[in-house]
Amino acid sequence: MNKVKKFFSSNIREISLIIVMIVIAIFVQIRSDGNFLSGENINDMLKETAVLAICAVGMMCVMVTGGIDLSIGAIMALGAMIGSTVLKGNQDLPNIVIVLISMGVGLVCGLINGTLVSRLRIIPIIATLGTMNIFRGVTYLVANGSWVKQQEMGQGFLGMATGSFLGINNLIIIAIVVYVVATFFMTKLRTGRKLYAVGNSEESARVSGIKTGRTLTMAYAILGAIAGLGGILYVCKYGVAQGETCVGYEMNVIAACVLGGVSVTGGTGRVPGVLLGAILLGMLNNAMPLIQISVFWQEAIRGLIILLSIIANTLIRRNVEMKALRRRNI
Amino acid sequence: MILLSEYILELKGITKIFPGVKALDNVHFSLKEGEIHALMGENGAGKSTFIKVITGVYQAEEGEMFLNGEKVTIRGPKDAQNLSIAAIYQHGTAYQQLSVTENIFMGHEKMTKLHTINWRQMHKDAAVLLKQLGSEIDPHSTMGNLTVADQQIVEIAKAISTNAKIIIMDEPTASLSKRECEELYRITEQLRDEGRSIIFISHRFEDMYRLASRVTVLRDAQYIGTWDVDGISNDVLISKMVGREISQIYPKKKVERGEEILRVEGLSKTGYYKDVSFSVHKGEILAMTGLVGAGRTEVCQGIMGIEKPDSGKVFVDGRELKIKQVSDAMDAGIGYLPEDRHKQGLILDWGLGQNVTLATLEQFTTATVINRKAENKRAKELLEKVKTKALSVFDKASTLSGGNQQKVIVAKVLNSDLKVVILDEPTKGVDVGAKAQMYEIMSDLASQGYGVVMISSEMPEVLGMADTILVMKEGRVSKIFPDAAGVTQEMILEAAMNM
Repeated sequence: MNKVKKFFSSNIREISLIIVMIVIAIFVQIRSDGNFLSGENINDMLKETAVLAICAVGMMCVMVTGGIDLSIGAIMALGAMIGSTVLKGNQDLPNIVIVLISMGVGLVCGLINGTLVSRLRIIPIIATLGTMNIFRGVTYLVANGSWVKQQEMGQGFLGMATGSFLGINNLIIIAIVVYVVATFFMTKLRTGRKLYAVGNSEESARVSGIKTGRTLTMAYAILGAIAGLGGILYVCKYGVAQGETCVGYEMNVIAACVLGGVSVTGGTGRVPGVLLGAILLGMLNNAMPLIQISVFWQEAIRGLIILLSIIANTLIRRNVEMKALRRRNI
Repeated sequence: MILLSEYILELKGITKIFPGVKALDNVHFSLKEGEIHALMGENGAGKSTFIKVITGVYQAEEGEMFLNGEKVTIRGPKDAQNLSIAAIYQHGTAYQQLSVTENIFMGHEKMTKLHTINWRQMHKDAAVLLKQLGSEIDPHSTMGNLTVADQQIVEIAKAISTNAKIIIMDEPTASLSKRECEELYRITEQLRDEGRSIIFISHRFEDMYRLASRVTVLRDAQYIGTWDVDGISNDVLISKMVGREISQIYPKKKVERGEEILRVEGLSKTGYYKDVSFSVHKGEILAMTGLVGAGRTEVCQGIMGIEKPDSGKVFVDGRELKIKQVSDAMDAGIGYLPEDRHKQGLILDWGLGQNVTLATLEQFTTATVINRKAENKRAKELLEKVKTKALSVFDKASTLSGGNQQKVIVAKVLNSDLKVVILDEPTKGVDVGAKAQMYEIMSDLASQGYGVVMISSEMPEVLGMADTILVMKEGRVSKIFPDAAGVTQEMILEAAMNM
């Protein structure tokens, strides 16, 4: 009994997200005459969410350190644009090379962000606001006014997003791999622990001998590489790379993290929560057109759900703190 | 009609219950007009809760409060303010980015006839208020640029500006230098002579003897008693506070001084310290003392690589140390217990286990994978070693009292393979019981052959624990007493102030 109670109280965030998702699912299922929870639609929904979910992991690394990265959409676009431009001339290059090129570009972008934040001590939101515009600008320069179209990418590359493995879409498989690695990284590895330490108290971490500058830089670098991966998958899925790819995408990614319980002030946030946050967003995107909610309302409803989730989060945290205070015998 | 009471403020049978816990249990208190009344007790005894009841931050479940013999009910801080009660809290509630004037008049700004803020009048009034307190602070200066002592004076000025008759000071001397304390004493006495009544909370007996006429002691949420300061001795008071006799506060063991383990040569950092040289031997406790701001903490943070020095050399075991960052110093065997527990010592949101192992994660990792089991086991051992009352390694650090938090940091530092331990104000803000345990730990460390450096501003502690006393003044080593025996407070003070 006690164990069950403990499980609930330590995973309350994730459990409440699941409950919200179940409620929405039941509601939409009834309203959509059973179309929502069909195997096909679920596969569709997860496929649509995969890229967002992947990127949210990167954002989580940065947000856990107490930072934020507004340039993630621009990094996705730049990585994807350079990757697909290379692809245009050499359609027979293996997919993995293209993916690695995009991730490499993202990694460099991330290192630039990380250096600005950790060495020059520029506030993350400002530093990445600047680089967001720079990366976007470079994307336009690389694109040089034209798009990389479906025909120029070739079937071998496009198949990456449409193909499947054991009946599950490749994008979902890739997302699963990213989440397994991320869970291991954040909970089992020293570096993951250090990210949390820096986010909770940079000063304490530093006095404890943690190289805080390096840790911060790494968080942004990880985000960059993951954004590169997300960008190329995004382009692969939609079959077109252009200057405007993923404009405004950073807000979706941040929303997924916040929904998943990642604190904007740093120090808290768990991988499973982020996954649920991303899936919840994906669910909303999928469900609202399905039950014919007007496009004009969709944005507002999304915003409302994000706000409600934050309020719930705050109430839960306050409750936990109160419990801790009660345990302390004054 | 009730006659005017003997007391300006009287509280009877105050009981405050937090869910599941009695934070105050039938507490009595009385304050005479024009009196300085000391409130003492260990951390967690309920002093802060009691103060918050008086200032209306908390509402008591039971008990009555009388002001000038008339029963009053305080429902919120605004009520307390209207009844001329003001509090100056330990951790300033100041607006660091705003000017002194804005701080003083926050909430009761002076207005012009057009209902705009009357800056000229406010600056003028602020200057007058500060002048009354004998201070030279410029009302235009930014609060954050002032010293802690000056910030407190501004807070006092704020209290006077609201015409407070009862002023509560929560550990105002905790981070002041000797000279600043004198200044505060003077101002406090001035307030008393003006007919104001003052409740003075402090861990320092000096404060009480110097200022207070009566003292009230709380212990474990209970009211223990009120005494005239003249009629009670130090020992009796301590035993009232802890509920047990402390036979010897300074359990110093006799330790043979071993070979030199740490040597610092000509350490300098522009604007902070210059030409600091000293050495520490195995089994030696070196106390670094001096006024706050003399550069003691900065020197030690320089040795640790927290704030890198500009020049100078540090040797551990005769080998020169290249300090680029904290991990270099730690690898060489220097451990540091920071002064600011909350900012530098702990991650408050984490469990004790993870806090203890943060600096030494390598010990529990193979190929960078953390072994949770080994980690928790080791953390448990260490926590037992420092006698923490905490329940488990999963308890959050934020739920502990100051003394226990300090012990957790000691456990954390001890987990490294050390030769030298630097303790920066290890007993600041911890209660008497935890203090005694800190001294015991320090003494044990020395007898185990560690070199111990203790930064401290408390004279009795310096004299009681140190083998060698180093006095700093304005960033330089003013004097080193190689043998602490025979050194007196006066000698140290003279070196610290160079009178």
